[in-house]
Amino acid sequence: MAGSSVSVDYAEAMITTPIAAGDWLIVAPSLITMVGGALCLMLRKNTDLQPKLGVFLLGLLVLASLGLLIRVLDQGVITMVMGNWLPPFGIAVTADPLGATLTFIGSVVAFCAGVFAMQTVSSSGRRYGFYPFLLLLMTGVCGSFLTADVFNLYVWFEVLLISSYGLLILGNERIQLDGAVKYGVLNLVGTNLFLIATGLLYGIFGTLNMADIAVKVDALDNPASGALATVAALYFLAFAMKAAAFPVNFWLPASYHTPNIVVSAVFAGLLTKVGVYALIRIFVLILPASLEYMADVIGIVAIATLITGALGALAQSEIRRLLGYLVIAGIGSMLAGLAIASSGTQATLAISGAIFYAVHSIIVMTALYMAAGIMGMMGSSFNLRELGGLYHKSVAFAGVFLVLAFAVSGLPPFSGFWPKVMLVDAAFQGGRFWLGAAILVSGFLTTLAMGRVWIYAFWRGGPEGTADGQSVDVTGAAEGQLSSGALWLPLGVLTALVIYFGLQPEWMIELATQGASSVVDPFGYIRSVLGEQG
Amino acid sequence: MRTVIFRTIAPYLAALMVLFSIFVLLRGHNEPGGGFIGGLIAASALAIFGIACGVASVRRAIVFHPMSISGFGLFIGALAGVLSFFKNQAFMTSQWLIFDLFDVEIALSTPLVFDIGVYLVVVGAIGSIALALEEREAD
Amino acid sequence: METGVAILIGLFFTVAVYLMLSKHLVRILLGIAILGNSVNMLIFTNGRLTREIPPLIPSHLYTPETATANPLPQALVLTAIVISFSFFAFLLVLAFRAYQELGTDEVNKMRVAEPENDPTPPQGY
Repeated sequence: MAGSSVSVDYAEAMITTPIAAGDWLIVAPSLITMVGGALCLMLRKNTDLQPKLGVFLLGLLVLASLGLLIRVLDQGVITMVMGNWLPPFGIAVTADPLGATLTFIGSVVAFCAGVFAMQTVSSSGRRYGFYPFLLLLMTGVCGSFLTADVFNLYVWFEVLLISSYGLLILGNERIQLDGAVKYGVLNLVGTNLFLIATGLLYGIFGTLNMADIAVKVDALDNPASGALATVAALYFLAFAMKAAAFPVNFWLPASYHTPNIVVSAVFAGLLTKVGVYALIRIFVLILPASLEYMADVIGIVAIATLITGALGALAQSEIRRLLGYLVIAGIGSMLAGLAIASSGTQATLAISGAIFYAVHSIIVMTALYMAAGIMGMMGSSFNLRELGGLYHKSVAFAGVFLVLAFAVSGLPPFSGFWPKVMLVDAAFQGGRFWLGAAILVSGFLTTLAMGRVWIYAFWRGGPEGTADGQSVDVTGAAEGQLSSGALWLPLGVLTALVIYFGLQPEWMIELATQGASSVVDPFGYIRSVLGEQG
Repeated sequence: MRTVIFRTIAPYLAALMVLFSIFVLLRGHNEPGGGFIGGLIAASALAIFGIACGVASVRRAIVFHPMSISGFGLFIGALAGVLSFFKNQAFMTSQWLIFDLFDVEIALSTPLVFDIGVYLVVVGAIGSIALALEEREAD
Repeated sequence: METGVAILIGLFFTVAVYLMLSKHLVRILLGIAILGNSVNMLIFTNGRLTREIPPLIPSHLYTPETATANPLPQALVLTAIVISFSFFAFLLVLAFRAYQELGTDEVNKMRVAEPENDPTPPQGY
């Protein structure tokens, strides 16, 4: 071994050229959060230092992912293979416009959540490890967005799952244990299904590198038949479970309202979108023929998800559970994009609509949960029957909530409008009128649900039973707690993004289109991973 | 469970198991063994010690909180991959430091550091779960 | 050889699904443990089975002398075992805590997060 004199030609299997320092940006998001998470885990007892360190590291994460996005837009898809092995032998980490965009938006949201948590997570929550788990969750999220290896994707899914368990039971209340049991068991079954599909895929092709598999699938005579059909169905079930699509969505409204509000905000923003991202990556990049074959199933699931999500939201009086159903309705829109993409001609438009919708949904759902947290603090309740008169407490906050309500319903001029236009346009052009109609109906029902929240919680004079024309001063948290900048700054930043993407959608559309074409037409991706021979 | 025989034997048994776990950890570089299996052996040593002598004495014996131990393991494991940055190589490329000490070739490498990191993560994580379960049993 | 293992995997899946259909959390967890093992066997079999030749290279050589067992599925299975083991341990603690706090291990009776007679939202002021 080392020290012996036999000479071996490593060039056959290993990269011998030096790696540019800038390429380290690909691993930087996972690396910063992993090292930082470990550091915070060691300093768990120091509850004063932790928020500062955590927010600093999350800020570093935002800068790193912004740098990565700029580099990807500048140089095209970039790849780094772990341990200098040549692909497909080494585990490749690849940043394409899709992965880099989602990493950046995810980091911004995580940073906002980290700031918000400075006020809402108590010192006992910090000692239980809120910041380490948040950072490790981001390790999993960024790793999933940037990996180019199917088994590695599974590992990152598990990293984010185990840290989400830690966040979910932070505080150890009865209701949390109840929610965590359902969340834990169902998500574990979902990842096991993912692993079964991955095992079968490995058995068929003998490789786990996504680009390598894409090339090999493309070379098959009949790429949607036999064992691959099973693999595709299993992947769809597994990721639909992660994304909370219709028949397997019940874990989400059962658990998302139980933890601390900032944990709910991060979960609602990021976790389900990782499932959607994996669906886009697997189906559009690796198994396009199976996507065509399964398009009707995906379309039906999308319609069912859109409608049940919106109806579920109408039936809830608990704001956080209502928002949980809205997360599900949003997943339906992204699945609709995936179903439309099967027809080929509309693929880029539909997938870019889905990507833009994912970006919008990450931002707006996190902001809405934060707003719900502030409403709960102001009115001492999360129930629509007991809330009221918040407009008198803060006119500006009522305005912010109205903006977010319009955005999540897809009304102009806010961020939800443009992706819906793109998706409905693609659906009508591709002849899938039912999907377009479902997106519009779901948007209408969402408007009703959110409008009702605004009318009851903000506009009326007080809680249920207050006489007309009267206004009751609701009792809530102390004034000092509510005037903290740590609450309003993150919410303000996210709302500003919602308004900005609504008024200036061009560059986000451009970014989403680039992301979509990098998976719809994977030539650049494959060449970046496998080199010139790909 | 807390018979006299068990309580007398357990400290020696635990010490022996920890020693064996380190042997397995170091052996893992070129032969079967490694950080994960070594960590499991060490964690079961902690568990046995906890059953025999109580969780409090285990916590006293390992000085640091198990979660801090696994945090430290994760920290050095991740940093072991970063050294290659300074040689313009990809993340996780192994770096070697080979020298002779009294005519014995000593090969230190980043995979070894990574493996020690894995060992500590496993000891910390599994140890803390085992101790948590034993603590419940007591009350 | 593969056929026999495949039948065994099928049996494991059957048992796992049967246990997971139970109402009791302990049985569901046992089902998940068996499911994890059957998935591991599935990956292992998918890497093709080779008997009695471990993928170890003698210290004086750089490549193995004969065709050996495929080492990649072993690495994958090891990773999967680590993950499923730690998740199982965690879920066990969680289920035990839930049993202590909620007083039941029957999932139909765990209704703290989703109360049974949840009132409908207000229909008017």
